[in-house]
Amino acid sequence: MHVTDTTALINHVQNAYVRCIDSGNLEAWPDFFEDDCVYKITTADNFAQGLEAGVIFANSKGMLRDRVASLREANIYERHVYRHFLGQAWIVSESADQVRSETSFFVARIMRDGTTDVYATGRYIDSYRMNGREPRLRERIVVCDSSRFDTLLALPL
Amino acid sequence: MLDQVSRTPRAIDRVWSNEGVTRVPFWIFQDKEIYAAEQQRIFQGPSWNFLCLAIEVKNTGDFVTTFVGDTPVIVSRDSDGELYAFENRCAHRGALIALESRGNTKAFTCVYHAWSYDRQGNLKEVAFKEGIKGKGGMPPSFCMEQHNPRKLRLAEAFGIVFGSFSNEVPPLEEHLGEEIYSRIGRVMSGRTPVVLGRYTQALPNNWKLYMENVKDSYHASILHLFFTTFELNRLSQTGGIIVDATGGHHVSFSAIDPNAAKSEDYDSQDLRSDTEFKLADPSLLQSFKEFPDNTTLQILSVFPTFVLQQIQNAIAVRQIVPRGPDKTDLHWTLLGFAEDTPEQRLTRLKQANLVGPAGYISMEDGCVGGFVQRGILGAPDEQAIIEMGGSEAESSESRVTEASVRGFWKAYRARMGI
Repeated sequence: MHVTDTTALINHVQNAYVRCIDSGNLEAWPDFFEDDCVYKITTADNFAQGLEAGVIFANSKGMLRDRVASLREANIYERHVYRHFLGQAWIVSESADQVRSETSFFVARIMRDGTTDVYATGRYIDSYRMNGREPRLRERIVVCDSSRFDTLLALPL
Repeated sequence: MLDQVSRTPRAIDRVWSNEGVTRVPFWIFQDKEIYAAEQQRIFQGPSWNFLCLAIEVKNTGDFVTTFVGDTPVIVSRDSDGELYAFENRCAHRGALIALESRGNTKAFTCVYHAWSYDRQGNLKEVAFKEGIKGKGGMPPSFCMEQHNPRKLRLAEAFGIVFGSFSNEVPPLEEHLGEEIYSRIGRVMSGRTPVVLGRYTQALPNNWKLYMENVKDSYHASILHLFFTTFELNRLSQTGGIIVDATGGHHVSFSAIDPNAAKSEDYDSQDLRSDTEFKLADPSLLQSFKEFPDNTTLQILSVFPTFVLQQIQNAIAVRQIVPRGPDKTDLHWTLLGFAEDTPEQRLTRLKQANLVGPAGYISMEDGCVGGFVQRGILGAPDEQAIIEMGGSEAESSESRVTEASVRGFWKAYRARMGI
């Protein structure tokens, strides 16, 4: 069935996305996005109030590459990794070359000393350009349920 | 009228070393007694504390809940157009009166027993005050007028609302001094601020470690490599620091001269630097000219816990809320202005990437305080060395100084009496 097929395809690419981040392969992370993408991390409060600014804002793939380069070359933070858990993608709308979807996420952060905390929960509000059978993110708004970020947000969500 | 704040002062049996503000004992970041004394002597003492922005409580009935130190406070606008602030603590049994961050209301009613307050913080209704059928109720001697949450004095500087529990603190403008007051005006005056976004950064450290960091112009180009590499700021550029006479308030500023010769200072000192690092999308740093001067960075702090930031076109206010000796909430409010063009607004959104928990030049500030808090765990009687640039706490043309950090401790010790 077509809807199931789309859901499976989006789930598939989202699994690849979180696997990329959680395995530390950040250099490949921007490739899940279109060149003219928007990527934003914000809070549910900001989102609900229509406030534009969040914790991260990028409106080009170049800015995502810069984010990775800065994390690798410039920024100082204690070594840590994420473990993402995703819900099933909910397909909001679908047209020939565009799929809008929402997906819940749950992210644990594991610090170098083993401290493991629930770092963030929320939802991805996405717009995919389908490129045939190779969907890439035209827009990903990461809406965190909480407005509170513990210490820092280094790795992308 | 301001209600009298009276709390029994507790003696602090700790003694500061005789080396003055060039040494800071680590117990100051650890002791519960110190933390409790700070709430009383600093936050509820003769200081002006940031509460909110006037635009956040623009209309009649608008309110926000905020903090002075760790004390919860309500700010609301009454029908007379004036702002009022009072403790967010029911006079009855002490419950929070308002539970939301912001909203609009005719009155405030405590959910516990429905004691109700007007927008000025006056107790107006006590549920079942007369009892039922002549039984129960409050005694006739109970006088509502004598039972209000404590009220704060309020003052505004260019749309930024400050409050004080103290009757003794001088008027805000005088308290800040001309140099600080005018530099708040430099960023805020003559235009209408717009909140672009908010978030909170939970810091695993004592509030004073964050304030030290804010006032520390020495670390900026060393810890924050992004800053250094992209020449947003170098110690050798023009700029300086301003420390007010009390030491508690400061401004650190720098101006970029794109034609200036590249400094050799960093290369010769083997500091982390990578000139090969280039942005794939340099639009992040393409600023628009916002001010008549050439100052591209102005970090301004008001003692004890307020920061106004201009980093290129990234404007924000930061409120520091202590949550215990080793926990601090840092509330960020990112600002634009109603006069912004769409292009200018986009630049602000892009440059917001510089600050906050994911900020290219500020994410380190979120963790470095925790590094200190953890590092000093077993060494309460050891001391930090704060001697860069000498022992004074005065304004300086050099930013290779810890003068404003010493200024913080000068003001702190005066308020704390230690």
